[in-house]
Amino acid sequence: MENVGVCDEFVNLKATELRLGLPGTEDGCEEEKQKVSCIKSNKRALPEPEKNNESKTETASPPKAQIVGWPPVRSYRKNNIQTKKNESEGQGMYVKVSMDGAPYLRKIDLTVYKQYPELMKSLENMFKFSVGEYFEREGYKGSEFVPTYEDKDGDWMLVGDVPWEMFVSSCKRLRIMKGSEVKGLGCGV
Amino acid sequence: MNYFPDEVIEHIFDFIASHKDRNSISLVSKSWHKIERCSRKKVFIGNCYAINPERLIERFPSLRSLTLKGKPHFADFNLVPHEWGGFVHPWIDALAKARVGLEELRLKRMVVSDESLELLSRSFASFKSLVLVSCEGFTTDGLASIAANCRHLRELDLQENEIEDHRGQWLNCFPETSTALTSLNFSCLKGETNLAALERLVARSPNLESLKVNRAVPLDALTRLMSCAPQLVDLGVGSYENEPDQESFVKLMDAIKKCTELRSLSGFSEVAPLCLTAFYPICENLTSLNLSYAAEIQGNHLVRFIQFCKRLQRLWILDSIGDKGLEVVASTCKELQELRVFPSDLHDEEDNDTAVTEIGLVAISAGCPKLHSILYFCKQMTNAALITVAKNCPNFIRFRLCILEPNKPDHTTSQSLDEGFGAIVQACKGLRRLSVSGLLTDKVFLYIGMYAEQLEMLSIAFAGDTDKGMLYVLNGCKKMRKLEIRDSPFGNAALLADVDKYRTMRSLWMSSCEVTLGGCKRLARNAPWLNVEIINENENNDLMERNEEDEREKVDRLYLYRTVVGARKDAPPCVTIL
Repeated sequence: MENVGVCDEFVNLKATELRLGLPGTEDGCEEEKQKVSCIKSNKRALPEPEKNNESKTETASPPKAQIVGWPPVRSYRKNNIQTKKNESEGQGMYVKVSMDGAPYLRKIDLTVYKQYPELMKSLENMFKFSVGEYFEREGYKGSEFVPTYEDKDGDWMLVGDVPWEMFVSSCKRLRIMKGSEVKGLGCGV
Repeated sequence: MNYFPDEVIEHIFDFIASHKDRNSISLVSKSWHKIERCSRKKVFIGNCYAINPERLIERFPSLRSLTLKGKPHFADFNLVPHEWGGFVHPWIDALAKARVGLEELRLKRMVVSDESLELLSRSFASFKSLVLVSCEGFTTDGLASIAANCRHLRELDLQENEIEDHRGQWLNCFPETSTALTSLNFSCLKGETNLAALERLVARSPNLESLKVNRAVPLDALTRLMSCAPQLVDLGVGSYENEPDQESFVKLMDAIKKCTELRSLSGFSEVAPLCLTAFYPICENLTSLNLSYAAEIQGNHLVRFIQFCKRLQRLWILDSIGDKGLEVVASTCKELQELRVFPSDLHDEEDNDTAVTEIGLVAISAGCPKLHSILYFCKQMTNAALITVAKNCPNFIRFRLCILEPNKPDHTTSQSLDEGFGAIVQACKGLRRLSVSGLLTDKVFLYIGMYAEQLEMLSIAFAGDTDKGMLYVLNGCKKMRKLEIRDSPFGNAALLADVDKYRTMRSLWMSSCEVTLGGCKRLARNAPWLNVEIINENENNDLMERNEEDEREKVDRLYLYRTVVGARKDAPPCVTIL
């Protein structure tokens, strides 16, 4: 914040500076000002992870020491929001797994797997099916079964598209789709 | 002179409910004082140490309803040690011994034990209503006594208490003959709930208007509950593990459709967004919506729901709604009176572009003409925005702004926010409660002292430059009742300038300021009608025996309050009463 203030004072001086360079190619203050306006316009309801990096340089301050009793939020409220975060990051990340046509669901702990192949193998064993081969563009080929998952936003995604860690942190439940429904996800069958 | 018989005057007094008005009435004459006190049924005690139960009972023999507040407000933020005090037991004990016909007990920030609840449940045959807010010290066993023994219980309302959950069967303890319940709120219980017992209880309570369940009540149970209580006006939803399947969702929606009286919705502590959509059929009827615990629901889902809530008067929400979301609120909720926006990211872990800023606040002020109460947590603010808000909303009664980073200036001009808050107090002539934050100098307090004529409660943190700041407030705000200050450079000069001022106030809290032990001792000497408490968790209680040098030692936490019963006897070692 102080940086922006300093820039405000100096902007007018800069305008009178003799510089070699095309207009509009000023660095430093101008960039920071733009970053500030970027941040303002990016304040939408959906989080945008890419923009976060941009704003980090503007708003990041040295790691703040925890001040007792600050911000003034009731302990009850603090504890209840915290619990949620801890519960999902705590021991194991159990998610439900459903398979189209199977009479009941199963639950698996995503944290015991290190990568997708391990997870696939485990699912295949559990439900006695085979998932085919994953291709980046076409999705899963060679099987009528396609593994999908529901992410934090409530959307159904194809398993395997995002990096493993991102998958584990955003996966709410798994569903192994089968048959005609599967076409929309590009199974290539 | 009374031209009417006492009974007639008493009947007239019956129409006066506000305790402030009744206090005024009792000052008119001896005769009115007597009539008033003998007929008063509801008593409000803002500080349980200002008076003792015996004197209360003596003055108000017809007491039916008692409201008590214990710990100071900053106890909410862990600034007061757990053992500080605020025990309700002596009150219940005294009321029981005097055979008061107690029907209603409302407690805030008090320590309640299972023994107290047991005693309460056995001592008052007509007991109807128990409301506990931010209390602690009891377990579900205590609730079981209340359920089992209070035959005429109508209301059991537990808000944000720390309750040890023994996962017992307290819900089972309501006798089968108990059918009078109008309000049941156990949303703060953490353990499992006996769903069958709950369903039976709800089914036999035709007058139940308010039901708030805890997280342990899943979707299908909620559906059944709502089906047998379509008369519900106020509903607190529990949790949903995952997305409901089609059938469950349809059943839930059908049950919700039948609840045509539903006006208030809360809870949603672990909810997949789809579940919120089940409430679309009744969202146009809602006047109160509390989604401030719904951390799992993304801003866009919140907005999609709220844009249909045209009659909303009260909205509590997380800042994940964003400025854009608040703009939708501003254009939809024209009846909005109270808004609270809580921070979703409490440790500044994420660089949160989705939090709210001054833009959202200005939008709300422009769009909601009836807005009178606001609590707003944000990362940044500007004077220009506050000046605009003041112009748009001169009707604020409560204005609480918390900029998350202490001492943060106006982010566009780098100046302090004195002018912004100054505009608020100048425009809002009816302002009764104010919390300030951000970079502030003594000037803001000059404005507050000058303009905030109706101000009763002021919260200050990380603000001001010199004693002058605090003096402006103490000298200017004639109606000040509660002043709480932390981490601000106010010292003895301000504390001691006008001792009699504290006669007109309920309490003063100062922590991490510049007041010294010597200053506090002097105050205590000059004002024997004050309890001057020093809270110091690190040392033991030998403050009185320290030598002269230590008088210059700064006091970590000071809490003073007027009282008619002298120093309390239940203070723990970390509290010294001078």
